[in-house]
Amino acid sequence: MAEALNIPVGSTTAGSIAVAAESTVATRMSAPPSYDVADFAVPHGREEEWRFTPLERLRGLHDGTAVADGLIRTEVYTPAGVTQETVGRDDPRVGRAGVPADRVAAQAYSAFEKASVVSVPKETVLTEPIRINLHGQGGTAFVHQVIELGAFAEAVVVIDHTGDAVVAANVDFLVGDGAKLTVVSVQDWDAKAVHVAQHNALVGRDASFKSIVVTFGGDVVRLHPRVQYAGPGGEAELFGLYFTDKGQHQEHRLLVDHNAPHCKSNAVYKGALQGDDAHAVWIGDVLIRAVAEGTDTYEMNRNLVLTDGARVDSVPNLEIETGEIAGAGHASATGRFDDEQLFYLMSRGIPQVDARRLVIRGFFAELVQQIELPDVEERLLTKIEAELEASI
Amino acid sequence: MATLEINDLHVTVDAEGGAREILKGVDLTVKQGETHAIMGPNGSGKSTLAYSIAGHPKYTITGGTVTLDGEDVLEMTVDERARAGLFLAMQYPVEVPGVSVSNFLRTSATAMRGEAPKLRTWVKEVKTAMEQLQMDPAFAERNVNEGFSGGEKKRHEILQLELLKPKVAILDETDSGLDVDALRVVSEGVNRVRESGEVGTLLITHYTRILRYIKPDFVHVFAQGRIAESGGAELADKLENEGYEAYVKGGVSA
Repeated sequence: MAEALNIPVGSTTAGSIAVAAESTVATRMSAPPSYDVADFAVPHGREEEWRFTPLERLRGLHDGTAVADGLIRTEVYTPAGVTQETVGRDDPRVGRAGVPADRVAAQAYSAFEKASVVSVPKETVLTEPIRINLHGQGGTAFVHQVIELGAFAEAVVVIDHTGDAVVAANVDFLVGDGAKLTVVSVQDWDAKAVHVAQHNALVGRDASFKSIVVTFGGDVVRLHPRVQYAGPGGEAELFGLYFTDKGQHQEHRLLVDHNAPHCKSNAVYKGALQGDDAHAVWIGDVLIRAVAEGTDTYEMNRNLVLTDGARVDSVPNLEIETGEIAGAGHASATGRFDDEQLFYLMSRGIPQVDARRLVIRGFFAELVQQIELPDVEERLLTKIEAELEASI
Repeated sequence: MATLEINDLHVTVDAEGGAREILKGVDLTVKQGETHAIMGPNGSGKSTLAYSIAGHPKYTITGGTVTLDGEDVLEMTVDERARAGLFLAMQYPVEVPGVSVSNFLRTSATAMRGEAPKLRTWVKEVKTAMEQLQMDPAFAERNVNEGFSGGEKKRHEILQLELLKPKVAILDETDSGLDVDALRVVSEGVNRVRESGEVGTLLITHYTRILRYIKPDFVHVFAQGRIAESGGAELADKLENEGYEAYVKGGVSA
């Protein structure tokens, strides 16, 4: 898909559409997925899946030296009808949505003590969101969370990360047939936090899954949302919004594995960057397997670079193993602040500070509107304002 | 009485091989209540004049002065110029994704008036102005200029003109790309503002067509970066019949 590109220095925007007999999305990982950390070599940084990540800032999550010495205060608010349990590794629901794809995810799987499972029974339609608040109290933690929706259930889940922590996590979403799940994951960590997580969604027949990832805080945040389909007719929407500040590394690596026919996926991630060594990475892998006839997929990443010294790496990658698809496309663009927009607004008397604020709020508006939870939207806008105060 | 005074204005743009001079000594005075048409061939520098007065960063002023009621316009930032009373209706208004027309108009009016307009009177004010320009109320909820047709963009520019009530309005090829109906509606909007007697109008156009709807007091022919001839409304008739050839002969204009 052709896009107008205005690429500043310190940015790469690459993309490819490959028609392949064998998937390179799967094979370019340095090891096949596994629950066992021993199946992965310690990364050295040149592997395809690690080449953008500052390993030296992962606090040992990647090389086995991290020790589970931390505490995360966890509050789970469940509306009536929803159950929350603490289970062991042998529970059949744990790890069913997806297999750890890299060493840190496998480390988290091998190291967590108890998993938390939140279940929404079949045909239960919630009117209030489920809220999971994770507040880091310092130290390192390994987390496994499962959210399970029975057939035709409908739920919204807000997972809120605050405080200080070094966390490696797997979050599983089991979306039953015909069910509807919306997940909002907010990364609003303190400045020193490190957060590496894999999100696994297994989308049932005719089910829909919507994920909204909001990343502001932390020293390093690396999220890996993955989607697979358990049957035909499923739909996945992956939205993301990040504001990468001075010195922060924020990495979002998406994989949508179209492994069933007549499924849809749509990914839109947008980020703003400011300050020296602000680094945002976006990888958008979409794989359309030979069985996945009738697939309809689109992915887009947009970055707004507000100051010098920030860097963006944006790599959409679409692999198609069948010709029988409804649609497939991708787009990526990274640009400076648009001076023409600023001129237009200022020529109507609007001071520069307010004009910039309008443009940036506008840039994020389509994603903020997806959240549909007033308190989260309000907090987000306040956060964006605060980030902007620092830059203007 | 508000007066925009342009004296010996020289303007360059950065081009390959260095700065290129576009305006080569423009003199013009526009008083409140007057309408001046600036006509000229493509590439003569008409739009550069408009954008230079508004303060677009692409243009460098290398000489001359621009004052509004004696205040130095060239010293002002873009937003200060607008708040001082200058308005530029653009030929190619810019899209601002995610910002609704209603939010934009209210933010702008708040900045121009120094306080947020009272909601009840404001809603009525906007509604009336939109009706007069034959704009669908749903228009207010669309994003600024995003997906607008050529005619919608121009109506939106004139809507702002009516709401912001400047001292001097510069209309840069507001007539271009409009069909006859849209041209009539847009011209009526301009005339409503002119009839207040409180605005000086600088109408930049390539064609004489719009002058059938908006009668100028003065017509200036712009060629090769300066005003080549000035006269009354009759000068437009001469241009209608003879074209610009007399002014571009031997020139570099395209």
